[in-house]
Amino acid sequence: MSLLFRYNSRMTKKVGFIAFVVLCLVFALAGCSKNTSESNSNESVVAIGIAQDFDSLDPHHMQAAGTKEILFNMFEGLVKPTSDGDIVPAVASQVTKSDDGLVYTFTLRDNVKFHDGKAVTAKDVLYSFNRRMDGKDSAAKLASLSVVKSVEANDNKIIITLSQPSNEFLAAVMNVYIIPEGYGNQESFPIGTGPYRFSKRVFQDSLELVRFDEYWGEQGKTDKFVFRILESSDALVLALQSGAVDVVSHLTSDQTKQLDTNKFDILTGSMNLVQALYLNNAVKPFDNILVRQALCYAVDRKAVIDLAFDGYGIILGTSMFPSFSKYYVDELTNYYQYNPQKAKDLLKEAGYPNGFSMTITVPSNYTPHVNTATVIAEMLRQVGIDASIQLVDWGTWLEEVYTKRNYQSTVTGVSSDNMTARKLLERFGSTVGNNFTNYSNSQYDQILQKALNEAEDSVQTELYKDLERNLTENAANVYIQDMADLVAVKKDIKGLTFYPLYVLDISTIYREK
Amino acid sequence: MKKAGLIITAIMLVLALVGAFWTPYSYTAVSYDRLQGPSAKHVLGTDNFGRDILSRIMKGMGTTMSIAFLTVAIGAFLGTLIGAVTGYYGGWVDRILMRFNDAVTAFPTFLLALLIVSIVGPGSKYSVVIALSLVFIPGFARVMRSEYAFLANRNFVISARLMGAGDARIMFRYLLPNTTRTLLPALTIGFNNAVLAEAGLSFLGIGVSPPDASLGYMLSESQSLIVSAPWYVLSVGLAIVLLVFGVGLIGEGSKADA
Repeated sequence: MSLLFRYNSRMTKKVGFIAFVVLCLVFALAGCSKNTSESNSNESVVAIGIAQDFDSLDPHHMQAAGTKEILFNMFEGLVKPTSDGDIVPAVASQVTKSDDGLVYTFTLRDNVKFHDGKAVTAKDVLYSFNRRMDGKDSAAKLASLSVVKSVEANDNKIIITLSQPSNEFLAAVMNVYIIPEGYGNQESFPIGTGPYRFSKRVFQDSLELVRFDEYWGEQGKTDKFVFRILESSDALVLALQSGAVDVVSHLTSDQTKQLDTNKFDILTGSMNLVQALYLNNAVKPFDNILVRQALCYAVDRKAVIDLAFDGYGIILGTSMFPSFSKYYVDELTNYYQYNPQKAKDLLKEAGYPNGFSMTITVPSNYTPHVNTATVIAEMLRQVGIDASIQLVDWGTWLEEVYTKRNYQSTVTGVSSDNMTARKLLERFGSTVGNNFTNYSNSQYDQILQKALNEAEDSVQTELYKDLERNLTENAANVYIQDMADLVAVKKDIKGLTFYPLYVLDISTIYREK
Repeated sequence: MKKAGLIITAIMLVLALVGAFWTPYSYTAVSYDRLQGPSAKHVLGTDNFGRDILSRIMKGMGTTMSIAFLTVAIGAFLGTLIGAVTGYYGGWVDRILMRFNDAVTAFPTFLLALLIVSIVGPGSKYSVVIALSLVFIPGFARVMRSEYAFLANRNFVISARLMGAGDARIMFRYLLPNTTRTLLPALTIGFNNAVLAEAGLSFLGIGVSPPDASLGYMLSESQSLIVSAPWYVLSVGLAIVLLVFGVGLIGEGSKADA
């Protein structure tokens, strides 16, 4: 191993030199940015720390969740999401649906302007839809628009005809951000209709957005936002402590513990994912409902959250999270109360009086899931189940667990990346391709089929709720929690709201005087 | 010096042996006494899951020591075999095997271990042992080769050959005992390097799986708690230092004796 040390010392010298050069550059850059950003002292500015650079500023090309989260403030579709999980008209003022659910008519809102001052016309809308549909620009193509048969404009009305009814259609329209027809500079100087407009971008350093004064809706409360890119998690915390940034999202509880509670508020949102001990329902012993129920009784979900997450997290009882309040069935949360004795009885009834051995396969790069598995394994030991944890890298997990379903149990989080319950529930249909838990229940399949074909939203919602009940009653998985999303904000920063989507709405954020 | 080393190592060994059968608390038992400092109840405090750190160190010491021991045993056995053959025969066998050896040595040790672990599959004690012992072979081979080359043409070897002793008998019956002045320190240094390498691999998250304990894994767990639970990283770090220090003293002492 002496070789290792020799190798290291040479590396250290090199790294030291690079670090020196980088430091010099950082100071030089810090010097210039200071001069420019403090030119106008009356202007209200809030700085937000983010963990990664933007993959694209073109709203039809962006892929990274971290990019969508911020660009949400610059771009809008005909409709847009609210913090309650509803979809409301935005660039359109009105949306009507034909009785057969096949024709949607959007009426354009008057006086909606692009950031360059031009008014939004039906042509711009058609251009935006075509760009996301025709495949000429393959990066912009949106698969969820495949149900669209035609898009036509009639004066200030946009008429969209579908090939089959779809309750997910409006959620897809949300992602067709309206951009000016034929504008070729989205990547370097993006133009949209949102409450904030592009001001300046320094690659791998920062992005500045300023308030768009001609916005059709409620005006943003702060003049300017600066997003600072700080790629290491330590740097994010240091930037908060030094005052370089005012807000940082997606922190761990360990990171928040390093912050002075007199200077910072820690706000708790949720990650909007269903974290569970997912069971492979097709393999022994988890093909037995009694065993699965026993596991549900054996896991103390509150203790998992307390021990592995410092108490931050929302207990779940089914494949749905409370921020989808429309779909969430509250009484399922405590369907299984922690009861180790009952778990033992059920195991005995199932023919495992002395328990059994099982393996929990966890992706090693997701510390929260590894920690959850660690605590769960200990709880299962209390009822006689010997659970061992197998750490695999993310690639192996995707292939062996998610794709080939070659596993016994795993801890992971399942999310819905658009505002529909369908993504969360459809995956438990017995013939569905991404049903990685191999859940197979004929009643579930029937309800699911009915729900997917249902055009009436309220009926569909009830059917979705029945699906949730089915999952809980049959103990498809050991549901644990919707993990907390911790946001640290300076005490004087107010107005931050959480969405059931991965977005940060800056229009309501302001600094208290 | 050797005596001090023996005493420290004996204490560590006893701790690990006791830990294999009995620990103050179960080393996996979680509790609400999270991140408690050292007290009469928990001598070295508790970690972020409320587990007793002393119990985990006792258990982890055993894991780490057995990994280091197996690694050195396999590495030294195969390394000695290669070193003996190349050093004793010389010629083309020597050239081919030693160039191959050089090629392996040319890789940064840690990178090679990482590569092997990712091929064998991470997350088990045995993959760490396989990776580290393969990485340790070239070092032993090189040291033993020079010893054998140095001894191969001594008079006692020539007389043994004249008396009709076979090559294998000469290599391992007559030559091997004469290499102890080199082999013993190499073994102790190897053991220490294996302890540190295990710590390094587990620190990078490819060593043992939770909830198992090893000193390296505990060190990596404790790094994020360095502010909120300094006793955790200190007690684990101290355990590693003492283990390496003790064995190191034995190695130094036996070199002085020889």
